Amino acid sequence: MNATLAPAIDAAAAEHVRTPWSEFWRKFRRQKVALVAAVFVALLVVVAVAAPWIVPYDAENYFDYDALNAPPSLAHFFGVDSLGRDIFSRILMGARISLAAGFISVAVGAVIGTLLGLLSGYYEGWTDRIVMRICDVLFAFPGILLAIGIVAILGGGMANVIAAVAIFSVPTFARLVRGNTLALKHLTYIEAARSLGASDRTILLRHVLPGTISAVVVYFSLRIGTSIITAASLSFLGMGAQPPTPEWGAMLDAARSDMLTAPHEAIVPALAIFLTVLAFNLLGDGLRDALDPKIERR
Amino acid sequence: MTRYVLSRLAGLVPTLFLIGVLVFLFVHLLPGDPARLAAGPDATPETVALVRKDLGLDRTIPQQFVRFVDGVLHWNFGRSLSTKRPVAEEIAERFMPTFWLTVWSMAWSVTFGMAIGVASAVWRNRWPDRIGMTLAVSGISFPAFALGMVLMQVFAVDLGWVPAVGNDDWRGYILPSLTLGAAVAAIMARFTRSSFVDILGEDFVRTARAKGLDERHVVIKHAMRNALIPVVTMMGLQFGFLLGGSIVVEKVFNWPGLGRLLVDAVDMRDYPVIQALVLLFSLEFIAINLVVDVLYGLINPAIRFR
Repeated sequence: MNATLAPAIDAAAAEHVRTPWSEFWRKFRRQKVALVAAVFVALLVVVAVAAPWIVPYDAENYFDYDALNAPPSLAHFFGVDSLGRDIFSRILMGARISLAAGFISVAVGAVIGTLLGLLSGYYEGWTDRIVMRICDVLFAFPGILLAIGIVAILGGGMANVIAAVAIFSVPTFARLVRGNTLALKHLTYIEAARSLGASDRTILLRHVLPGTISAVVVYFSLRIGTSIITAASLSFLGMGAQPPTPEWGAMLDAARSDMLTAPHEAIVPALAIFLTVLAFNLLGDGLRDALDPKIERR
Repeated sequence: MTRYVLSRLAGLVPTLFLIGVLVFLFVHLLPGDPARLAAGPDATPETVALVRKDLGLDRTIPQQFVRFVDGVLHWNFGRSLSTKRPVAEEIAERFMPTFWLTVWSMAWSVTFGMAIGVASAVWRNRWPDRIGMTLAVSGISFPAFALGMVLMQVFAVDLGWVPAVGNDDWRGYILPSLTLGAAVAAIMARFTRSSFVDILGEDFVRTARAKGLDERHVVIKHAMRNALIPVVTMMGLQFGFLLGGSIVVEKVFNWPGLGRLLVDAVDMRDYPVIQALVLLFSLEFIAINLVVDVLYGLINPAIRFR
């Protein structure tokens, strides 16, 4: 009898081991919208990576002069723009640019911001004062204004736009992580680690950092949406990607003069930006609901 | 209260100083010689030297900084490189269209955003919430310039209800302020909702319900006041967002405001104009945040006496 029961108990016990990962997955998979968004983001990443091999036409150097401003058709899924370029191919290549811009800028901002936040929350004192003062100043500039300032100095182009967006992502993460660090560092397990003789570095990286990760992940997803919009806005203003680069914001700017005759030239990139940013925002919302312990309580 | 305001003002001094330094250094961070930029590409070396002396660029950096601060305090930002007119004049002309655009956008977006947020929180997980939050997440995901183009095409070009460009009468304000405010309305709706949901779960709300108050009374009198505190802060932060957003919206609607002045100035490398505008935008943002902080202290005495 014991022999038949034991495996069942083991299995039941194994099922009830609640790792942070299984907890997260349990809550996350209940959110259908966020799941769909996650799948969409994954698809976008695949498309962006594979774009150069799957585009039907060259995005910059193929011109179909017989089909200028042609509406969507079987030969050109999303139609043709005013110079005769295939919009479908340009959208696919544009996904590469927008995703890279969003991801790189937020990643750089998150890493620097998290480090600064950890240091200033843990040590407080003058480190904290200096870091927070710099954050105040960065916050004093509306994001896009800071980006325009940087573009004015460094010149236009996507690399400078990414740098600018990264810089104004820093204070968001720094403040977030600092707040969490301040709350965490007085907890008993940190004290225990210190009494065992752990170095500051170990305490910060092994014990405090994991406690702040979930908040960083949520912001990461939400910030990517904002950053993609900012980067596209700058290109729309003519300060980011330059023609003939198939950047979505720049494509919208170019489509403005043909709004009456060929509205698809504007609608397609507008929808591309909207759906991409929407997916990242819905994913971020879902992550927040799955990772925020406050939600469970209600 | 006076002490609270004074301490907030004192706290601004280092921020203002740092912003001043950054904006001042902007000229020196530009690639190339600012005197050559100001004199124009065809200027002789003698002219460039003259311009350099005229702009004070031949002095030491600290001396230049003092001169810059003195100029700012006297509302003197130099002359625009492209129009040769005083920058202060250019800005004064463009200020009001942007100001009213921002005010109207803020007014409608806060009203609607908060209404949607409250409705979503009260009817949580039911259809008003679902519709409201779907609208809100779409609002933060749709780029302003695309929204502006769509609105302009549908309501100005196809239907002809409102003028497509220009700010001659109030109808010209409708589309640009709708465009500019959409994202803010969405952010306010999401934020108000979460603030309200938090408050509706508090003990004092349960008590209010338990003693038999009707739901309307509970929401308006008990929950509203407490939920609005963080919402006011959020509103202040959104002003900065609007200032930034106006840059994009003004290009779409060809609006004669500060945003377009800035975009044109960046195109022309007209650095005195860029410098003055960046400074102005930052000061506005700081002033608004100060007002919000003071309001916050008025609503919530606990902060004032901390």
